[in-house]
Amino acid sequence: MSFYAFIGALEQGLVYGLMVLGVYLTFRILDFPDLTVDGSLPLGAAVSSVCIGAGMDPYLSLLPATLAGFCAGAVTGLLNTRLKILHLLASILTMIALYSINIRIMGRPNFTLLGKTTVLDSLTAFGLPSSLAGTCLFAAFTVCAALALIWFTRTELGQAMLATGDNPRMITALGVNTGNMIVLGVGLSNALVALCGALVAQNQGAADVNMGVGTIVAGLASVIIGETLLGQGRISRMIIAAVLGSVAYRLAIALALGVKLGEFSFSPSDLNLITAFIVVTALTAPRLKRKMAR
Amino acid sequence: MKRFLVLSLAAAMLFAASAALAQTKVISITQIVEHPALDNARKGFMDGLKEAGVDAKFNVHIAQGNSATNVQIAGQMLDEKPNLVLAIATPGAQVCAQKIKDIPVLFTAVSDPVGAGLVKSMQAPGGNLTGMTDMPPVDKQIELIKTILPKTATVGIVYNAGEANSVSQVNAVKAAAAPLNIKIVEATVANSGGVYQAAKSLVGKCDAVYIPLDNTVVSAFESLVKVCDENKLPLFSSDNESVGKGAIAALAVDYYAMGKQTAAMGKKILDGAKPADLPVESLKNLDIHLNLKAAKAQGVTIPEAVVAKAVKKFE
Repeated sequence: MSFYAFIGALEQGLVYGLMVLGVYLTFRILDFPDLTVDGSLPLGAAVSSVCIGAGMDPYLSLLPATLAGFCAGAVTGLLNTRLKILHLLASILTMIALYSINIRIMGRPNFTLLGKTTVLDSLTAFGLPSSLAGTCLFAAFTVCAALALIWFTRTELGQAMLATGDNPRMITALGVNTGNMIVLGVGLSNALVALCGALVAQNQGAADVNMGVGTIVAGLASVIIGETLLGQGRISRMIIAAVLGSVAYRLAIALALGVKLGEFSFSPSDLNLITAFIVVTALTAPRLKRKMAR
Repeated sequence: MKRFLVLSLAAAMLFAASAALAQTKVISITQIVEHPALDNARKGFMDGLKEAGVDAKFNVHIAQGNSATNVQIAGQMLDEKPNLVLAIATPGAQVCAQKIKDIPVLFTAVSDPVGAGLVKSMQAPGGNLTGMTDMPPVDKQIELIKTILPKTATVGIVYNAGEANSVSQVNAVKAAAAPLNIKIVEATVANSGGVYQAAKSLVGKCDAVYIPLDNTVVSAFESLVKVCDENKLPLFSSDNESVGKGAIAALAVDYYAMGKQTAAMGKKILDGAKPADLPVESLKNLDIHLNLKAAKAQGVTIPEAVVAKAVKKFE
């Protein structure tokens, strides 16, 4: 793999690491399969882009974007806990509603940031090459988010959230409102996803209403690949695994994009098949390893 | 002597090979998703360059609709050190505009290059990008309706107000219709299921119905045809496919032809032209498709001059 492809994969893995942390929070900690992410990723992108278009500082624009993501997640949580709609369905409903909302926010399906100042410009102004600027900045964001999440799981609130996913009956008996925990948890998860979307839009030069398609697949694949690489363990280890999984997933796609085996070469349309193959391999690898050991 | 011959032969072959290599142009292509229109644009581009005598090696990448892969492809293309990059559809072109600064980039099948931030203006792109727009020629489409039905005073439009692309087309239709003294009556739908009802609401209110490139309405085209046939209401579309399904006529963008025209721009750039100096083009030759059976059902006689110009006729 060449320099550009490697750096490109690292950059994508790190920026989507924020999204993967969000998916880890719902999928593993809360045991809540959340499809809202396919809509909250472009939501963050849309809010941040429109704010930048209106003249806001690119870093400042990340705040309303993150907040919008929290609200979207909270809506899914409320639909599930207050209106008793099945979690999967509740998240799908929010996701499809966000499609219309995102177009409303942008006023069109695609909002360009080309020629506008983005978060990356402050780094390239220091003389950092643009190919490295994204990688450095996104690494900083994702490491901070991972550390914050590790810290959060050690607080009383975080412990209550862990217990909500693990053993809701026990934690209810202790006087914790599991409904509130779910609303907060799904909200936090989507706040991270929307922050990711805002950074992705600034990196690729536009927010697009369709940019969230497949987010949940990439998120789950990354979580699972991370678990395969680092193995199950303590929460802090699992959170680091999620970020590693995100990078590994993008590296695998970069490899698949460049693969050529003599006469045989993959067609560009095979990419989804290769992606599915990577995930299946990651899912079955631990079992195979155990069988080999025996 | 024999060794000398072999050596010189080998040298000659090596020279020939390297000369051939020097002429081979590397062209990297990025396409956001596989879709018949976009695939045809790509085929047209590749065939067009081949016919222009360019010895090209194509690296085709398709992002499968995935935003992250779309960005990764831009990095991959930088590695390939291409002489030219082709971006098919808006998302790929935007990433190229953001990431690729030293290699000329052509785009095609982009509806609104200025709105997408790709070029400063259609006439003078300014940067290292130029290309072609696929915005339907609505003014020419309205003129075609007027040619076939000179007495047209009111045109009904069925579209989905949630499709940004349709909204901009309807605005363009209004601008084109005003100087021709044609009034526009709108009927909007939220989903394909509403098309039948919307079509019925137009009966008696207009002299003809025109359908823009609207995914929602086009996917329920048969119900429109039913209403128009029953009420002798002439129906016009902006895509060729719908003519086969029962619209009287369309003056439409052919994506394969667009790819070929993009290839002609590509040839100019490979020969040394700067993208900044090449204005954004739209398709030069538009095809008229006619459905004479539908015309009969909807009570329309198509002028001979239009029939003679038609590229394809359904009888």
